[in-house]
Parts: sequence; structure tokens; C-alpha cells
Amino acid sequence: MTETLAAGTSTGTEEVPAIRLRKLTKVFGDTVAVNGVDLDIRHGEFFSMLGPSGSGKTTVLRLIAGFELPTSGSIELEGKDVSAMAPFQRDVNTVFQDYALFPHMSLVDNVGYGLRVRGMPGSQRRERAREALDRVQLGKFLGRKPAQLSGGQRQRVALARALVVEPKVLLLDEPLGALDLKLRQQMQVELKELQRSLGITFIFVTHDQEEALTMSDRIGVFNNGGIEQIGTAHEIYERPGDIFVANFVGTSNIFDAAQAQALYGRADPLCIRPERLRVAWAGDPERRSGITSRPGTVTSFVYVGHATQVRVQLDDGPAVVALVPEKLPGGDAELVNGPVTVSWDDAAVVWLPARGT
Amino acid sequence: MRLSRSAKVVLGVVTVLVLLFIYTPLLLVVVNSFNADRTFGWPPKGFTLEWWGKAFDSPGVREAVLSSLWVAVVSTLISLLLGTLLALSLQRYKFFGRNIISLLVILPIALPGVVTGIALNNMFTTILGVPLSLWTVVIAHATFCMVTVFNNVIARLRRMSPGLEEASADLGAGLFTTFNLVTFPQLRSALLAGGLLAFALSFDEIIVTTFTIGAGETTLPIWILQNLFRPNQAPVVNVVAVVLIVVSIVPIWLAQKLSGDSVRVSGARVKADER
Repeated sequence: MTETLAAGTSTGTEEVPAIRLRKLTKVFGDTVAVNGVDLDIRHGEFFSMLGPSGSGKTTVLRLIAGFELPTSGSIELEGKDVSAMAPFQRDVNTVFQDYALFPHMSLVDNVGYGLRVRGMPGSQRRERAREALDRVQLGKFLGRKPAQLSGGQRQRVALARALVVEPKVLLLDEPLGALDLKLRQQMQVELKELQRSLGITFIFVTHDQEEALTMSDRIGVFNNGGIEQIGTAHEIYERPGDIFVANFVGTSNIFDAAQAQALYGRADPLCIRPERLRVAWAGDPERRSGITSRPGTVTSFVYVGHATQVRVQLDDGPAVVALVPEKLPGGDAELVNGPVTVSWDDAAVVWLPARGT
Repeated sequence: MRLSRSAKVVLGVVTVLVLLFIYTPLLLVVVNSFNADRTFGWPPKGFTLEWWGKAFDSPGVREAVLSSLWVAVVSTLISLLLGTLLALSLQRYKFFGRNIISLLVILPIALPGVVTGIALNNMFTTILGVPLSLWTVVIAHATFCMVTVFNNVIARLRRMSPGLEEASADLGAGLFTTFNLVTFPQLRSALLAGGLLAFALSFDEIIVTTFTIGAGETTLPIWILQNLFRPNQAPVVNVVAVVLIVVSIVPIWLAQKLSGDSVRVSGARVKADER
């Protein structure tokens, strides 16, 4: 727990990270957009920066790309300090949120642009661009303009354009945000496969926690210009480090310090995931050691396909949500306002001590 | 909105009447430039190219045409350069006094020509002590021609995704390459439209020109004004007026046609790809 909270400073000396941020700070006027971020991102890693809008994740990405210069702190790319370099001097490339394809150029010219400004001759450049477009299944559309493509196709062109120059690190700024759900899920799989086959470090900015959980090797959860927690998807979901992470990633049932004190005799907030709660509709609740049970009243339920979310107001605790996979023993009329018992394994409890302890 | 039959008829008639009112006098000028009757009796007595021949042979007319073209071209070039730079700086950067500068740049096109003319005349002759010439006309025209370029370019810049230039830099292009390969191509049609408007504005300008032109120089509109009331020159004035009409309309028509074409061209390309 503590090492993940310490913002990844413990990677050791065995390897130079692809990206190393130290005390990175960016101030816009009166606003501190990024506040002393320390972060190491490993080679070939799929790293997601997850957070609500305004949490500083996009600013960190723009600082790494070089579109903004840091107010203080440093950015190292493969051990080399690039903090003061212009974007065109940095070996990183970006896939923009709105794709930023050049509207006056055909696809092959868009994708070949990075090679062109590096002075590669025309025929060789077009050949490479064609290969890159083939790789994203757009080989047929070489001569088209971006305006003649769908959103998903444009997204692929932006990807091909950034990858054709073989960057050390690829930065992706909410690249799937504009796509519809089906296409987004398909692109998530494709992106992950592409990253695995190329072995390039991906830094992926998103506010969609599901996207971050499914794609990433590691996730950094951003809030108020800083990183709250760094860890694998499993760690972030199963062992959230604080109340913010517990609430932002997935649904959480939070018991405040006083309620936790009453239950377990420890004055720290705690969190239990909805799928870890069990609802006993009638009869005796489970009474075994290692299991806690509390009575409550059903307030509502929502059928979500694979399960039902049951909302229960505990008699001496907070309102909680339980995810019940089995069929409910009745309908609205019988169950709502009815007494139930909610129980959970004590091992499912995650303590959320306040910062600084 | 659905229109009733009678409303359609009324609107159609009104439209035709307004257009007739605007364009009949212009058509009359064109017809009279070929009218064999010196006093422009109606209906025309016959067709003649005599006035056109006379106009071409007149050194005064030829000189005026050349002066007008020269003034229009040079002030358009100056406007393109300054208007673009102004638009870039005012759109891209935030600085103290930006809004005021923006207003001051646009103001000249709204100012009465007489005021601009008198002010610049005073400035050139009394304060700077520069002799009036075609150059002073060029500078005077540039003050308001710049506005059309500025307006076109800044509108385009506002619509242009700021990400394009970042993408170019991200892919390794320096500032100059980015301007050359990305920014300028985005601005090209805006520059063309603004430039054509500036040219049309300068080519037929008379009021400011009157106050800023050197003795002995004439532009086309000045020549018309000077010869309008000389009975023997009246037919040639019609010819010169037709030239003015054509030279002013063609750029506007071209500007419209160019913007229409770009839509059609891309549409045709879609079909070519699908084959």
C-alpha cells in the first residue's frame, strides 16, 4: 500500500524509466494545474492517467509532449532531461483528442508528414505511410481527405501518423472519447493489441475508469493536480488508497470513521465493493466468525442485466448498494421497504486511512 | 417555414423589382457604351465600337487604368501582409490592449471616406511633409483594405483547430515548416477572398483617393469624375464605367466560384474512391 501511495518512486535503479517526472508543477495564472507530480513510467508499459476533468492529467500529457513548459520540476525521457525542449525535439508523439488531422492533405500525406519533415524522399515516405495505413486497415483510402472518413477511421489515421515515426513513447489524449460505445470497445482491444505487438510505451489519458481498468498495465489516479494512487488495475480496484479513489474507480460503499468505529473499533473510514455484499431476504443471517451482518431496509433496486443493484439503508450505518447476481425473491411491492440483513466477509473491507498517516 | 402560394408570388415579384431597380441603371451604362447615338437616345439607334476604340486610344484613360491597377495591386499586397500578421497576433496571443487594437484595426472601414481622406491629406502634407503621389494613395487604401484581409484571416484562424500546429510540431516540424505546410494552406482561401475584396475596394475608391492623390495623377474613378460633365467625353465615360464594373465584379465572382468549387471537388473525389 505505502509504496503505491509513494507515487512510484521505488522502481529502483535496475532500469532507466521511459518517462520520469520529478516534482513536476504547472501553474496557469492563479490555478495550480499540476502540483509536484513524481512518476516513473516503465519501458513498454501501457500506463493510464485516470481522473475527472480538471484533475491535471491532460496537462501532464501536454507537458510530456512539450506543448506546455513546466513551471518547475523536470521531465526525463529515457534518462535525458527534455524539460526545456520544443515538441519537435522530443522523441514522443501524440494522438490528439480531436485527432488534429491536416484537413488539406490526403491520408497518405497526413501519415507521411512526420517522415517528410525529417527529409525522407517522397517514394520511400509514401511506401512507409502505406504500410502504416495498412496496419490500421485503411490501406484502401490512401487518397482520401480526413473529412471523408468516419470518426473511427480518423482515429486510426491519427494513430498511424503518430506511430510511423517510431516514437519512444506514444501519448494518447482521450483518443476514444468521441466514438460510440461499440466502436470504443473494439478500439480498446485493438489499441491494447497494437501496443503489445509494437512494445512501445503508451501513456493513455482518460476519464473513463472502465477503459483504464481494462487496458492498462498500471494506472495513475489523478485528483486536484496530483496523483492519488498508482497501481495495477487490480490494486486500484481491490485496494483503493483513499476515499477519492474508492469513489472514482467503480462503486464503493463508504463507512465513515464513526460508523467504522462502531463496527470494528477502528476510527478510519472503510470501503466495501457492492459485489462483496450479500443480502439475506428472510430468516437468520449468517453468523460465523469473519463475517459481519447488519440489518437494514430495502429502498430501491435496479436491474442491470447480469445482476440487480439493491439499495439498502442500514439501521445503524450508511445507505449501501449491493450487487445481487441471483434472482430476487419478489417484485417491487414485496421487497421495497422490507427488512433485510446485509453481510460481508471482514476480509473484503478496505481501510481508507486519511492522508499523511 | 412553409409559404402560401400568394406569399411566394408576392415575394417573387418584390425580389424581381428590387433586382431590376439595382441592375437596370448598370445595364443602361453597358448598353450606352455601344450606343451609336451621342446623346444616348432611347431606344439605341445602332451598335458601335467607336467609343471603345476612342477609349483605348485615349492616353488619359490608359494611364488611369494602369494607375488604378497599380494602386489596387500594391495596396492589396500590403494589406495581405499586414492583415495576416495582425490577425495572427490578435488571435494567438493575449496581451494588454488587445481588444482596443482589434477595434482600431477594424475602424478605418467604418470611418467616412471624407474623414480618412482629410486626415491623411493633413498628415502627409503638413506633418510629414511628403509630396502626394500614387504611393500616398496606396498607403491610404491599405488602411481600410487591410480590414477585409484581417477579417477573413481571423475568422479562419478561429475555426482552425489549434491542435493542427501542435500536431505538426509533435511530428517534428519546426516553426517555419509548420507555417509553410500547415498554417498557410489553411489560410490560403481566406487570403484569396480577403485579397480579392481588398482589390475590388481599392480599384473603384474615389473619396480617399481625391484627398491623397498627387497633382497630375489620375485613377479610373478620378478620371470619370473629371470627364463626366464634358459633353464630348460622355460616351467614353460609359466605356470606362463598364471597365470599372467588370474589374470590380470579376474578383467577387471569382471568390464565390472558388469557394463553391472546393465543395464540388471533394464531392467528386468521394465518388472516385468508391469505384
